[in-house]
Amino acid sequence: MVREVSESCVDSLLTEMVSCYCNRFYVNKPELAARRIEAIGYQVGHQLSERYTMERPRFTDHLEAIKFICKDFWSELFKKQIDNLKTNHRGTFVLQDNKFRWLARMSVDPSTDKVSSVEDNTSPTAENKAAQSMSMHLYFPCGIIRGALSNLGIPCAVSADISNLPACSFVVRIKAG
Amino acid sequence: MPPVAPRSGDAIFANVERVNAELFTLTYGAIVRQLLTDLEEVEEVNKQLDQMGYNIGIRLIDEFLAKSNVSRCNDFRETTDVIAKVGFKMFLGVTASVTNWDADGTCCSIVLEDNPLVDFVELPDNCQGLYYCNILSGVIRGALDMVSMKTEVTWLRDVLRGDDVFELQVKLLKHVPEEYPYKDDE
Repeated sequence: MVREVSESCVDSLLTEMVSCYCNRFYVNKPELAARRIEAIGYQVGHQLSERYTMERPRFTDHLEAIKFICKDFWSELFKKQIDNLKTNHRGTFVLQDNKFRWLARMSVDPSTDKVSSVEDNTSPTAENKAAQSMSMHLYFPCGIIRGALSNLGIPCAVSADISNLPACSFVVRIKAG
Repeated sequence: MPPVAPRSGDAIFANVERVNAELFTLTYGAIVRQLLTDLEEVEEVNKQLDQMGYNIGIRLIDEFLAKSNVSRCNDFRETTDVIAKVGFKMFLGVTASVTNWDADGTCCSIVLEDNPLVDFVELPDNCQGLYYCNILSGVIRGALDMVSMKTEVTWLRDVLRGDDVFELQVKLLKHVPEEYPYKDDE
């Protein structure tokens, strides 16, 4: 049987990790905090992908590997698959999760749903902070995806788009090798 | 009459949302590794892990109280028993035991044989002095702080340091009685 822990353990740990790096270590250097949070995700993704692919043949192309992330990998982590996969056939893939669990459980004021409009504000309002904290949380899953693909021999850059909350899209750009 | 505290967290754990423990274990491991890189000093990493645990504990206590139906423990013995049997089970899916009570009932050990935090973990030689699971002691200290009990929580035994089990000593320093905004006779 697969060992399980309560979901609050993971939620609490992630919240505290993000807060530790953003509010204690790198208070005025969000880009440094972001890099560390992404690096932690990268390690996790790399190790998980190693474990989950141990008994399978190597993927023959990028699409195969991306599909593995969308189906098996995502299911292990979130008990659901990625809902929508798009590609431009030139190395960019968009993986959309219609209700991304790690955002769904974050308490965010509904007025911050439109993150793009927050950018107009110059002062660090509560909304602005909420949006920033949300984007900080997203560096972790972005790192996980990058780490997982890197373990499969696919170097890439990963970013997240939350303009359609609670949906979250991860944009994977594979580096030309 | 207040509801009786459950004697085990099995039923609660069966009903909470659960996730693959590998994700939790590897995430914790990656955080520890990143902290070792960023902070360099093992002592400082111990301190930060404890602080992270404390911050988690002061929030987790609410969920614990809400889901466990524990309303009030009569004494420190009952409190530690509930932590070991209900708290550990409800969050980590494992059960701990309480032993080594001192004569006046203010100091005991919580013993953990099975600990999901250390699955797949082996400490390299340069990490001597690291209390890898220090987040756990922080969580207990933080949670108890929120129910008016000031405690000191220290590791006595650690499997990663060659012991057979994990043993956490919990010492009650001060029990701040709850103050009510009203008098009994009003």
